[in-house]
Amino acid sequence: MSASTMTFANVDWSEIGQATLDTLAMLGGSMVLTVAVGLPLGVILFLTGKGQMLENRLANGTLSLLVNILRSVPFVILLIVMIPLTVALVGTSLGVAGAIPPLVAGAAPFFARLVETALREVDKGVIEASFAMGAKRRQVVLGALLPEALPGLVAAATVTAVALVSYTAMAGVVGAGGLGDLAIRFGYQRFQTDVMVVTVVLMLVLVQVLQMIGDAVVRKVSRR
Amino acid sequence: MITFQDVSKTYAQGGHPALSGVSLSVKAGEVFGVIGASGAGKSTLIRLINGLETPSAGQVIVDGDDVAALGVAGLRALRRRVGMIFQHFNLLSGKTVAQNVAFPLKLAGRPAAEVKARTAELLERVGLSAHAGKYPAQLSGGQKQRVGIARALATNPKVLLCDEATSALDPETTEQILDLIAGLNRELGLTIVLITHEMDVVRRVCDRVAVLDAGRVVEEGAVEEVFLHPASDTARRFVREAEGDVTAAPGVGGRVVRLTFKGEATYKPVLGEVARATGVDYSILGGRIHRLRETPYGQLTLALTGGDVAAAIAQFQAAGVRVDALSGETAQ
Repeated sequence: MSASTMTFANVDWSEIGQATLDTLAMLGGSMVLTVAVGLPLGVILFLTGKGQMLENRLANGTLSLLVNILRSVPFVILLIVMIPLTVALVGTSLGVAGAIPPLVAGAAPFFARLVETALREVDKGVIEASFAMGAKRRQVVLGALLPEALPGLVAAATVTAVALVSYTAMAGVVGAGGLGDLAIRFGYQRFQTDVMVVTVVLMLVLVQVLQMIGDAVVRKVSRR
Repeated sequence: MITFQDVSKTYAQGGHPALSGVSLSVKAGEVFGVIGASGAGKSTLIRLINGLETPSAGQVIVDGDDVAALGVAGLRALRRRVGMIFQHFNLLSGKTVAQNVAFPLKLAGRPAAEVKARTAELLERVGLSAHAGKYPAQLSGGQKQRVGIARALATNPKVLLCDEATSALDPETTEQILDLIAGLNRELGLTIVLITHEMDVVRRVCDRVAVLDAGRVVEEGAVEEVFLHPASDTARRFVREAEGDVTAAPGVGGRVVRLTFKGEATYKPVLGEVARATGVDYSILGGRIHRLRETPYGQLTLALTGGDVAAAIAQFQAAGVRVDALSGETAQ
């Protein structure tokens, strides 16, 4: 089938609709958990770093190693290696639920590193000034450090969400469902180019929309 | 109010100490300046006062407390009694002017109504009521420092630490901020410690000054004394920077002297009277009339030629003018 005569004959639109919803569910669920795990992890990585308020070489080195290990495993491998753990956690390694643990394991360390970088960008003088005003450490972190880093944190979340879109597509390999699954099963394995085109366009739109939302929020919270 | 007893500070990274054997005392209600070049240890010194740094040896006593011996809670309580402003203002960029000023009050857990009233009062004092809802990025440097000052005053401190507070500002704004600081000292009886590398800042607002060089106090005294008659090389260098160096004028004949007028003598026509009486000619090489806080003073650098130079000097001295010889007799 050439592009000029493409008819979308193979495209089952209700299946596409379901796959889109699955992708959005995987993305939403894993994003929430990625932030819930990655944000504290990134904050601890930052705070235990050299010259920071909770400097601790052992804790920092251990966490850093863990993050590096998870980040260095290609996501496709992580998906497969994690199957026993996934089953233990959510009872299945299939479908949306089965995709979320490996997605979080893949994205949270990545997000944590981005968080750490965003926190390093915060002006040290502002932190010092907060201490000089009599702030407790917790108040410095919650009242000054995180709010000052907010634009950077939102940008980090956006990059992570976009990365998660491609991770969800890969999760299709192990039966996670979603657009990536359709693209592989129909577009690639059955040579249905029209299905491939539709899924790719939908994912492109999804990435585009995520990036635009992220950029808009960064502009909104950025007061520099 | 603040006492340094033989304080030394060496950083873990090694190298020579940032401060060695510093002893100072700052009286309640005075404006105390610490002047030094960059790297002289001023930043370390001022941070020892509110415990942002801890001494390696010696004691820092602030308002009756040994800072290093305070617990975590005690240190926080001390920091509410010691406000601090910074060269780069260090405002929270994501908070409005009013939220920045309210921040220390919220940290201290004050009730919302009190925070609101106190914030309004503080903004009024620094003249920023109209800008309460703006973000720091929308303000000029001088306005940002006013926010910094309002924030530092929020918890009603007894002491205000100024860390190069005017070094990032233009001369006109510097003057306004220094006026504001001097006003706080006068009206609230605030004890002020300021560090700077500019003698001019010391001259405008300080009562006493310590000159810091390579971690040591090389000179300390009333600003008037240190400014008009600096004893150490470091102090002389700072004064020269502030006044401009006129002794190096090439091709100057005669005897070069510096006359220092203080108080009433500043405005008397001494120069003309002495010149007529002794027949000396004078060329003015440099000079200025200024105020050391409230005291007017003038300094004039002259080359005296002809007539009876020795008698002229004696007459100047008799009129209450201090005469310093900057160059000896030269060919007449």
